Amino acid sequence: MKLKLKIWRQKNRNSKGKFEIYDLDNVSEEMTFLEMLDYLNSKLILEDKEPVAFDSDCREGICGMCGLYINGRTHGPEKEVTTCQLSMKAFKDRSTITVEPWRSKAFPVIKDLVVDRTSFDQLIQAGGYISADTGAAPEANSIIIKKETVDRAFDAGICIGCGACVATCKNASAMLFVGSKVTQLALLPQGKAEATIRAISMVAKMDELGFGNCTNTGACEAECPKGISISNIAKLNREYLYAKIQD
Amino acid sequence: MSILDSKIPDGPLAEKWSKHKASIKLVNPANRKKLDVIVVGSGAAGASAAASIAELGYNVKVFAFQDSSRRAHSIASQGGINATKNYKNDADSDYRLFYDMIKGGDFRAREANVYRCAEVSNSVIDQFTAQGVPFAREYSGYLANRSFGGVQVSRTFYAQGQTGQQCTIAAYQALMRQIHEGKAKMYNRCNMLDIVVKDGKARGIIAKNIETGEIERYSAHAVVLATGGFGTVYYLSTLAINSNGSAALAAYKKGAFLANPSLAQIHPTSIPKLNEYQSKLTLMSESLRNDGRVWVPKEKGDKRKPNDIPEEERDYYLERRYPAFGNLVPRDVASRAAKERCDAGYGAGETGLSVYLDFKDAIQKQGEKTISDKYGTLFDLYNKVTETNPYKEPMRIYPASHYTMGGLWVDYNLMTTIPGLYAIGESNFSDHGANRLGASSLLQCAADGYFILPVTIADYLADEIRTPTIPTDTPEFEEAEKAVKERLNKLISLNGTKTITSFHKRLGNILWDNSSMVRSEKSLKKALQLVNELEKEFWSDVKVPGSINEFNQELDRAGRVADFFELASLIIIDALNREESCGAHFREEYQTEEGEPKRNDEKFQYVAAWEYQGESKPPKLHKEELKFENVKVVQRSYK
Ligand SMILES: Cc1cc2nc3c(=O)[nH]c(=O)nc-3n(C[C@H](O)[C@H](O)[C@H](O)COP(=O)(O)OP(=O)(O)OC[C@H]3O[C@@H](n4cnc5c(N)ncnc54)[C@H](O)[C@@H]3O)c2cc1C
Ligand code: FES
Repeated sequence: MKLKLKIWRQKNRNSKGKFEIYDLDNVSEEMTFLEMLDYLNSKLILEDKEPVAFDSDCREGICGMCGLYINGRTHGPEKEVTTCQLSMKAFKDRSTITVEPWRSKAFPVIKDLVVDRTSFDQLIQAGGYISADTGAAPEANSIIIKKETVDRAFDAGICIGCGACVATCKNASAMLFVGSKVTQLALLPQGKAEATIRAISMVAKMDELGFGNCTNTGACEAECPKGISISNIAKLNREYLYAKIQD
Repeated sequence: MSILDSKIPDGPLAEKWSKHKASIKLVNPANRKKLDVIVVGSGAAGASAAASIAELGYNVKVFAFQDSSRRAHSIASQGGINATKNYKNDADSDYRLFYDMIKGGDFRAREANVYRCAEVSNSVIDQFTAQGVPFAREYSGYLANRSFGGVQVSRTFYAQGQTGQQCTIAAYQALMRQIHEGKAKMYNRCNMLDIVVKDGKARGIIAKNIETGEIERYSAHAVVLATGGFGTVYYLSTLAINSNGSAALAAYKKGAFLANPSLAQIHPTSIPKLNEYQSKLTLMSESLRNDGRVWVPKEKGDKRKPNDIPEEERDYYLERRYPAFGNLVPRDVASRAAKERCDAGYGAGETGLSVYLDFKDAIQKQGEKTISDKYGTLFDLYNKVTETNPYKEPMRIYPASHYTMGGLWVDYNLMTTIPGLYAIGESNFSDHGANRLGASSLLQCAADGYFILPVTIADYLADEIRTPTIPTDTPEFEEAEKAVKERLNKLISLNGTKTITSFHKRLGNILWDNSSMVRSEKSLKKALQLVNELEKEFWSDVKVPGSINEFNQELDRAGRVADFFELASLIIIDALNREESCGAHFREEYQTEEGEPKRNDEKFQYVAAWEYQGESKPPKLHKEELKFENVKVVQRSYK
């Protein structure tokens, strides 16, 4: 394949970025999207040009480190894949591909396609845990939990923290990220004791960090590479409301 | 001749740990907050250690090179985590897990450490469950188990094919809580480049701030490495692409001994290499061998589609060769058997470098829903990578570099040969001998991090309570920082003609061809020479773009590849030294008539711990003789 790549270049946090155009020949459709960028970079390096910075680590869709805005869509055109799993088969020969970093106030760009997602860690710090000190745990089977409850907790807990939900939301809301954590932990008996305080603290932190409100457009669910359901947001709202009533 | 003191407590095996805990030194809670601990790494081992040590009241600083501590490579582990709960009433016990690990490791691991790992395994499951890990449950609401290779009991706890994700996130959340409480501090996007040793003790690290490129100094009363494995030395592996051996190498060069570096696991069930551009291999968890049957065509070079090959023309070679364990033989055995079939011309697929893993029977017996409940995420992953549907057509798999059993030598307290420097999780050598059993790495990581290190580190820190905060403006920090900067400058200034990745690929090929599943004196000597030549070429012809004081991913990569060369040499030297076959280390010259590894217990029943002697000097070998007082050392058999 022969491609025209329109890629966002930005030196660092403080500089203004701009798009650069690169023509790339001999792209194989067997490459993944990131292998295509690896290939571009190897060319740039040998031409004495600066390679494009982008994040990735596991390259199998689980660490959440990768994440690009490709032709205006988070993680590209395919459903339920991360950028590292995206195959070049999804693109046509001689097409132009626009590649940008996540765009969101809560995720500042630090170089080219790399963003700072520490705000997600801060959200978890605000309460996205069960306070069980090492050594305090009871025997695991002493609390039985319905299979379907655990399965639902698992479905909420598979979030990889990539940030696509925020990046795709017109309000830059982190409700799906927070909702899935609150739901996972509130479903489990072990996490119930802190369910209320967890919901309140995480929502407060979300506001403090400049994430927007949820207006239920559902874009986050549609773009989530793990297919996490928007029903987690409803659950968060219920937990939050319940918490507020109790207040 | 050995100066290695493994500090194994006296007494019967099952009592060692409780006795040790009862006699070990303690630090008064009021003194703990005056003591700083650095933890490098935030995977299953690092995050659990950091959180648990912070809970005890020490000041903890955690470093990781990813943008968030949640992304450590542990997140990718799939199939499960072992414990001896005996929920299945299949006669499981601490001793049995201990025995399975010792035997699986082909009698090259340290008894006392392995037993302790088994002993705390139940607490690990309790802890994870309490922290919200949604381990799979039966319809009754009780926890479910499955089997893994090399054992005959069902002791593996799992969360579909994402056990590592769920456990790592639980440990991460525990760490986030400690950060919230001000007891731990996280340094993300920070690359540790050296360890600072003062008066013989580990006192801090030199790290590169990946975003700004700045070289920074951090001090502590003790330093813990939880930096994972270096299977990426083979270039293609099942590990995250940035996993590396630089921390282990830095420790080695500062005086920590590196043990059994050649003992590396090649995992039997990875999705095969599909093309030349590939940057990594995707694992298909071993748990799949619970229900999947491995086969190749009986006919050489049979290129028919797998579903067109009738039952009687399939060779279920694992079931044939190993009737007792069948598809659940340990990894080293399964990998070599796959290689043997492929080398003999029976391999599947275009390249002939793959075998089938077939779920037809299991789906017929249990139904698609049950299979999807157990392995849904893995089947989806397979489908994404290969665009074939494993519910309809058997998977194609092939062995891939996966895990390093070898690592930094540690004593019973998990301390390296540098006082105050600890190594936990995959970065140490202690529990898996010459071959790791499935679902026992997450266990070891969490055992080390939650339950062992937080206790044993006190023994050292108890003598440090009068040491004030370690200053970073001392000559030791100065020198370490200078050396780090000089090396980075050198890499940038080379300005050669070849990319870093091209060197990494070539290095990987040399090792894969000559020092992976099968090795010989001849292949190893050849590999050593090739590695040395390539290393020279690297240091004269590599091209590292950009500058030091900026976000420069290529420079970080260059440092890692430069370190891989040194590690590769050490791996080969260790493999040459071990003139026997054991577990994953298969020297062609030493095999039984049936082609199984033939150990030489008289000469090699030891841990080979290598001491750095200076640049271009051969390392010095120290031997920790292994004593087996609680198992009978036998020829492993899975027939
Ligand atoms: C695909 C796959 C599946 C697996 N499945 C299973 C399974 O089902 N069950 C099981 O028991 N085991 C499994 N394993 C093995 C297991 O996942 C690993 O052995 C284990 O997770 C290692 O954990 P760790 O905490 O030691 O290191 P890692 O999780 O690798 O973490 C290393 C940490 O060190 C940091 N680090 C490293 N070097 C530096 C440096 N120089 N500076 C700063 N930070 C640094 C990294 O940022 C990271 O945080 C699997 C492995 C793979 C590859
Ligand atoms: S690199 Fe890990 S999810 Fe893409």
